[in-house]
Amino acid sequence: MKSYLMGAISGIAVVAATAAIAEPQAEVLHYWTSGGEAKSVAVLQEEFAANGGTWTDMPVAGGGGDAAMTALRARVLSGNAPTAVQLKGPAIQEWYEEGVLADISAVAEANGWADVLPDSIAGHMKCEGTWCAAPVNVHRVDWIWANAEVLKSNGIAMPTSWDEFNAAATKLQAAGIIPLAHGGQAWQDATVFEAVALGILGPDGFRKAFVDLDEATLTSDAMVAVFDQMRTMRGFVDPNFSGRDWNLATAMVMNGEAAFQIMGDWAKGEFMAAGKVPGKDFLCASTPGDGFLYNVDSFAMFDVDGDDKKAGQALLAKLVVGKNFQKVFNLNKGSIPARTDVPLDEFDSCALLSASDMAASSDNGSLLPSYAHGMALRGAQAGAITDVVTAHFNSDMSSADAVKQLAQAVANSM
Amino acid sequence: MTKWLEENTPKLVLAPSFVAILVFVYGFIAWTAWVSLTRSRLLPKYEIKGFIQYERLFDSPRWDTAFSNLFVFGFLFIAIAMILGLVLAILLDQNIRTEGAIRTIYLYPMALSMIVTGTAWKWILNPGLGLEALVRGWGFPDFTFDWLVNPDMAIYTIVIAAIWQSSGFVMALFLAGLRSVDQEIIKAAQVDGIPTWRVYTAIIIPSMAPIFLSAFIVLSHLAIKSFDLVIALTGGGPGYATDLPATYMYAMAFSRGDIGQAASSAMIMMMVVFAIVVPYLYSELRSKNG
Repeated sequence: MKSYLMGAISGIAVVAATAAIAEPQAEVLHYWTSGGEAKSVAVLQEEFAANGGTWTDMPVAGGGGDAAMTALRARVLSGNAPTAVQLKGPAIQEWYEEGVLADISAVAEANGWADVLPDSIAGHMKCEGTWCAAPVNVHRVDWIWANAEVLKSNGIAMPTSWDEFNAAATKLQAAGIIPLAHGGQAWQDATVFEAVALGILGPDGFRKAFVDLDEATLTSDAMVAVFDQMRTMRGFVDPNFSGRDWNLATAMVMNGEAAFQIMGDWAKGEFMAAGKVPGKDFLCASTPGDGFLYNVDSFAMFDVDGDDKKAGQALLAKLVVGKNFQKVFNLNKGSIPARTDVPLDEFDSCALLSASDMAASSDNGSLLPSYAHGMALRGAQAGAITDVVTAHFNSDMSSADAVKQLAQAVANSM
Repeated sequence: MTKWLEENTPKLVLAPSFVAILVFVYGFIAWTAWVSLTRSRLLPKYEIKGFIQYERLFDSPRWDTAFSNLFVFGFLFIAIAMILGLVLAILLDQNIRTEGAIRTIYLYPMALSMIVTGTAWKWILNPGLGLEALVRGWGFPDFTFDWLVNPDMAIYTIVIAAIWQSSGFVMALFLAGLRSVDQEIIKAAQVDGIPTWRVYTAIIIPSMAPIFLSAFIVLSHLAIKSFDLVIALTGGGPGYATDLPATYMYAMAFSRGDIGQAASSAMIMMMVVFAIVVPYLYSELRSKNG
């Protein structure tokens, strides 16, 4: 009797233990800590819990992700990596080369990711052919935002070439309006620069310059023209722009103090939060020229031990690319879904434009990674380019000198 | 046994902190030196590749700016803060009635963190919000004070804010020094009819040499490790015009995943500190032994 009882108890214990193993666990390191972003992550947490998983949140705020990367480094060096980490672009490959990323091809193939993700975006999620990361959203970087009222009262249409932009800006300046709302921080200078570069170099030239780092393109006459246009743009910002945060520049467009802003679609969130209506109060358009610069947030999956953690990783990957999360998250964040088969009924007109442009540019090969937002190049090279861009924009350096420095800086960063 | 304890207790008590300093200060200096000789990017690697990181460092125009900013900032900050501190101390030393209150007021900036100082001065110096807008509002439309947004002048705004922060502290140091000078000598000089300014230049200030040295050491290490003030006041901008070696190192290590480059800049910073501190230590130790 006694031994029978013991056997029953140990049997229950075994059942309980297997149940515990099967329960998916995920520790997620991310830096979505501000209001709207935190809300977006909460959606994923709830969905994860609803599927029987236990989510350990590890938000690290500060430094635009720098603090999170420092935390990640410490965790990886101590041999205790989190399940999933908010990483993007070439940083994923950089971590893969350290040999710490997991293979989630099974999940990707079971859910047909290859069919629903644009090729160039899927390319970032693969490490030597195996899937190692899951995309969350697509931010478009090459947007130009405008105050509808200001444009109308000055008889100006959304510019479709940089010459038109310059003409419109000169006219606005004469009317006493700041043509371009801009914040003088290095990454904002780089954001404007890459929009100008895409317009002037064209998609192929952009790819050669900022993806392949082709020296001939970096030192070409077209690149001199890009810096010339940047010098012209410098004349269109107010004298007080240094160090201004991007959302304050957006506010200047909102209240009619300034006419245009060149910024990624997170600026739309600011307009929306202030109760402005796209198409009526503010206008959105791609910056002059062809192509689409994307900034894709993703979760990289790290090698973890234990079946519960592996199960958690698989569940997380499946949910992140799932239709429901892609819709809800991107409605909250102002970006568009990375997968192309999500119904867009609830999205605003700017997001619809972004989605149709993404599909079109994916077909003709002009869907390109943003260099200014760490999608095209590794940190050292992107930083070296930004140093030159911001030094040129904030001084009286000539375009020819800037191009020379650009080639040197890129060579030096290798 | 008791005798052994008596002899060795000090060593035993000091041992843990000695080991801690050995590992966490000198150990990590050695580690940084090692890493600065490698091609480390995202994570540290330990294969020595020679002086490539130092070559890259001195080829970088941004490091040139950061390094020369260190000397512009360091020299002006230390010199002006010491002169201002000394003048304030001498003025306060004239047995004025409200000395306690004034001394407190001048010392208060020291109680603020550099981040607060930087943010406050960012607003004060912002041409559209602060001083320039204020004076223009008073009816001087041509008044211009745009140092904060002028890449050639921005480094001086950091000097201004740092002096505002630290000169009160230097004043307190000097005031203590002034009070410690033997009153008998001063009285004797006054009896002999020597003018007050001569008393200061010939008797009091020379006898305060050690205080000058400590003020110099305190200010110079503040200057070399300056980081938070720059981040709060200019963020290194416009462009990278106000970068300092510390902000350069941070950008390389934490934003760009270029640890080898960061380590080499840290080593250069340390050498600058050594160039200042070693002669000081040498003279201190020699005077004690001799």
